[in-house]
Amino acid sequence: MKLKNWKEVTPGAVITEAGSSVKFKTGSWRSLKPVWIEENCIQCLFCWIYCPDMAVKVKDGKRTEFDYDYCKGCGICALECPGKKGNKAILMVEEEK
Amino acid sequence: MAKIVAVTGNEAVANALKQVNPDVCAAYPITPQTEMMQRFSSFVSDGKVKTEIILVESEHSSMSACVGACAAGGRVITATSSQGLALMYEILYIASGTRLPIVMPVVNRALSAPLNIHGDHSDSMGARDTGWIQLWSENAQEAYDNTIQAFRIAEHMDIRLPIMINMDGFIISHSIERMEYLDDDQVQNFVGEFKSLNPLLDLEHPVSYGPLILTDYYMEFRKAQDDVESKVPGVVLDVAKDFEKLSGRTYGLFETYRLDDAEIALIILNSAAGTSKDVVDEFRDKGIKAGLLKPRLYRPFPYKEIGEALKHLKAVCVLDRADAFGGSFGPVYMDIATSLYPYKERPVLINKIYGLGGRDYLPDHAKLVLNELVELVGNGTVKSYKEYIGVRE
Ligand code: SF4
Ligand code: SF4
Repeated sequence: MKLKNWKEVTPGAVITEAGSSVKFKTGSWRSLKPVWIEENCIQCLFCWIYCPDMAVKVKDGKRTEFDYDYCKGCGICALECPGKKGNKAILMVEEEK
Repeated sequence: MAKIVAVTGNEAVANALKQVNPDVCAAYPITPQTEMMQRFSSFVSDGKVKTEIILVESEHSSMSACVGACAAGGRVITATSSQGLALMYEILYIASGTRLPIVMPVVNRALSAPLNIHGDHSDSMGARDTGWIQLWSENAQEAYDNTIQAFRIAEHMDIRLPIMINMDGFIISHSIERMEYLDDDQVQNFVGEFKSLNPLLDLEHPVSYGPLILTDYYMEFRKAQDDVESKVPGVVLDVAKDFEKLSGRTYGLFETYRLDDAEIALIILNSAAGTSKDVVDEFRDKGIKAGLLKPRLYRPFPYKEIGEALKHLKAVCVLDRADAFGGSFGPVYMDIATSLYPYKERPVLINKIYGLGGRDYLPDHAKLVLNELVELVGNGTVKSYKEYIGVRE
């Protein structure tokens, strides 16, 4: 997104567009990245409930991929994930890898 | 038809606020502002205005309530003095940064400690960098006239900044003077309907106030605010022109008194300018070319215009009713020095601190200073660049 110059910003930093926070992609803040291992997933949706940023996407009642545009890599989903027989369905890996 | 009355400065400004009839007033009482807000509250109780009064527990809250009410889309007022203004400090920046045209008379009073309730400019001088427009008033008439003009300046669509109207505590706020009121409908027509900009209560166009602005945008918002400041003097002059048509009274960015052909001059804010003008006349009668400049628009400071008005002088004394601690000079002195710096030929500039905590400023003080300037021009020696006057040695 092209950044506005000082003549283009609204007076007093008032945001005049509703729901514009989706344009603010916070995924770039991440240093650790959650990776979903589908074969260990029991579809309990704990990760969806606990994610503070709605970065776990659910379709037709089933968990799908992470939304990496907004996932900040906090690791809460990985901590809460029960997985299958002791094998976590979410692992945190270094962002570069 | 103008109505001639004998009123206190507080009463005059309360009446101006009544005639404007704002939507919301959130204020907390503090000496010497109390009488003004007490009178305004009576107007509300007696149904003379439709204003909603918000009673708050402190000035931090009053300014916060003003920010909310103004963002909601209302014409909003408050008033304060001294410690009250100091307590608002944090929210003053939020009001200006959010570009909310709140109108606030400030009855100038010294700051504690030591505790003192009398006239002194330390309070508003401490708020001079907060992004508020500041108008200063010599007497009740000017305080009344400035209050009415303040709404037009602050609410101008090119400006949208909060504004303070300053007058001296007790000396003006509590002394009865002869002055002229405009008619209610003249004031109403002059200020016009309040026009809101991005009001929170416009549910058809939802907006958010107060977002977090990080490294990628903060400087752009600050630059935009600085640019708005540069438009204020033009608007102040336009509004003054319209006001003159209505009232016959002339206002500018500052007032000059016998300055054009002067060689020496005093620069002084508010009530003490009146006393000083009499003494300037006495010196003129003796054939000494003395003059005076009284700033009116103090923030944003009209550096260029004031520099032009002063550059021809030989010696100037800036009298400050506040000190800027830090081993430095009084605040007005520093601004005048800045306005003169670009000129190769410029007057010698000295600073006197006077009248702190309501200490009387007498004609003898003005005489003392003008005599010192005469001597300075004669022998070219500066006795001292900064000095307290009217203090026991
Ligand atoms: S790491 Fe944090 S932000 Fe990302 S999906 Fe998991 S809980 Fe949500
Ligand atoms: S918490 Fe783990 S097991 Fe439960 S739905 Fe999310 S990824 Fe699957």
